[in-house]
Amino acid sequence: MPELVITVARFGFLILLWIFVFTVVGVIRRDLFAGARSGRLVAAPRGVGAVLGQGGKPARVKRGKAAHQLVVTAGQLAGTRITLGEAQITIGRAEDSTLVITDDYASARHARLVPRDGQWFVEDLGSTNGTYLDRAKVTGPTPVPLGVPIRIGRTSLELRP
Amino acid sequence: MTAAATSTSPPASTGGQSGVRLARSRRNAELSLLLLAMVLVAAYGAMVEASVLDTVTPSFWVPAAALSAVFLGLHVAIRFLAPFADPALLPAVALLNGLGVGFLHRLDLARATPAERADLATFAGTGGRQLAWTLISVALAAGLLAVVRDHRSISRYAYTLGLAGIVLVMIPAVLPPSISEINGAKLWIRVGGLSIQPGEFAKLALLAFFAYYLVRKREVLSLASRRFLGVDFPRGRDLGPVVVVWLISLLVLVFEKDLGTSLLYFGMFVATLYIATERVSWLIIGLVLFFGGAYLAYVLGDVIGGPFANFYLRANIWLDPFADPYNDGYQLVQGLLALGSGGMFGAGPGAGQPLKLPEVQNDFIFAGLGEEIGLFGLSALLVVYLLIVERGLRAALAVHDSFGKLLAGGLAFTLGLQVFVIVGGISGLIPLTGQTTPFLSAGGSSLMANWLLIAILLRISDAARRPVTGGGSPSARPTGGPPEQLHGAPTEVIRP
Repeated sequence: MPELVITVARFGFLILLWIFVFTVVGVIRRDLFAGARSGRLVAAPRGVGAVLGQGGKPARVKRGKAAHQLVVTAGQLAGTRITLGEAQITIGRAEDSTLVITDDYASARHARLVPRDGQWFVEDLGSTNGTYLDRAKVTGPTPVPLGVPIRIGRTSLELRP
Repeated sequence: MTAAATSTSPPASTGGQSGVRLARSRRNAELSLLLLAMVLVAAYGAMVEASVLDTVTPSFWVPAAALSAVFLGLHVAIRFLAPFADPALLPAVALLNGLGVGFLHRLDLARATPAERADLATFAGTGGRQLAWTLISVALAAGLLAVVRDHRSISRYAYTLGLAGIVLVMIPAVLPPSISEINGAKLWIRVGGLSIQPGEFAKLALLAFFAYYLVRKREVLSLASRRFLGVDFPRGRDLGPVVVVWLISLLVLVFEKDLGTSLLYFGMFVATLYIATERVSWLIIGLVLFFGGAYLAYVLGDVIGGPFANFYLRANIWLDPFADPYNDGYQLVQGLLALGSGGMFGAGPGAGQPLKLPEVQNDFIFAGLGEEIGLFGLSALLVVYLLIVERGLRAALAVHDSFGKLLAGGLAFTLGLQVFVIVGGISGLIPLTGQTTPFLSAGGSSLMANWLLIAILLRISDAARRPVTGGGSPSARPTGGPPEQLHGAPTEVIRP
């Protein structure tokens, strides 16, 4: 066996080993983002509207349970979840928001979610296009029931247990 | 009920959308990754022959082809039995297992005389035996997938498994050393030419028990606590279980003379406890207990010797391997030299001197491989281990039931811990203990147990990624439950 062939094979093998590693990472990565991407494709504006149809009934069923997650159900970040703690959550385009949304209809500091005695309140921070809880425009701090969508531009968020 | 129907139709529509998304079982990605892994294994075999025999024999592909056939069989089984299982697990494990077989075959070639080399049968030697064990292990893994259709059914046998685990751990300790002792560690049952390491299986059984036990007790263990120095510590009376496991693992250390196994059991329990309760204090308590116990064993080994002497010796070798490089420290020093002479890119497959390493087919396979593929190759292998562990933890995050979460998290952690214990041992980070390197080392017990572990992870990841099928009318679905249509979505905290 010529020395050259062996050397090339040696390094080729190591490179192939790393190619394998990166291919696996690629599969895993695509696996992670596949959900968000196709979710956005399917959950077009009509889907957003449909989510709003959720009336009082499911909310009443859920009452009494504490919210533990904030889930983005529509918009660019659809599928994102934030585990709720005791800190307030600010939403907007500003980089220092807890949830940074890149939505054309969102203001830099759009709205915030504040917990008070186990209940989360949504408050509009003087945004241009407004914040909507279900179909009603949010004017002051408003309690947010579980499963009722908060709409900010094209983005829609929900509290989940 | 029209109101209910309209109000629940949105989740149904999003459910359909998630069906589109999650119905991607990714089995084809698994298949292509698997083929890539097998190409690597075949290339490794060819290069070994090119270096050792100076020519590539026409039959170099036979072991790789045999392995490919087995893994493809498992792949097909997964297609039917766990269609939504994680696509990265099988190829990653297959690569490690294949390289292990290839390296052991390479040892056979190096040991054989030139005359014997030509007609080394496929199933002869260490490599051949490992190949046979792989066939059996993969068949067992497929069997486990076929029998256990729902991982939650394992919890029904939790107490039986726990008892079986403890019995398996204890058997080698009570057997006479002539049957159970190899190289100072009493971990074996040797019957005829066959040696079984029951502790490898005990690992799985005990984990299933831990997971079940902690699911039932986690409220008590996580809620009742006292705050001290900013960390919530449990009440004294709740320390019972962790102290019991600590004592058992110390007994393992004393009677089986093996730090690695002891560390593995204890670490497994503490990690599961931590996953169950989310309390950092358990980690602190666990680390303090373990290091305290290990230090105590070291001191006792110095003062009274007896059952602690082996551990004392090993700790001393670890502290200064070059103190006695030709006797006590010989193995570790040779391992370090092998890793060092491998350097960055290694000598090339088949071009090293692995036979200078004692126990190169078991404990020191990583050092033997390191001499030939170098740091560059070794770190790739470590990343493959890391990916396997990551996929296990990912399945734990995504699966819904607590038992599955704990079981998958514990299994993945155990695998990672075992790799840490052995790789840390051969590289001189922690005292060397006789652990097998998962999937690489020669040995049927270890291979079988680890393939069973992977089968359980595959089963749980299948449950975690399976799209939600209707299962009755949408209104029958509990609305208060977790958002089912999102359970495969990435969980991320954007900014805490």
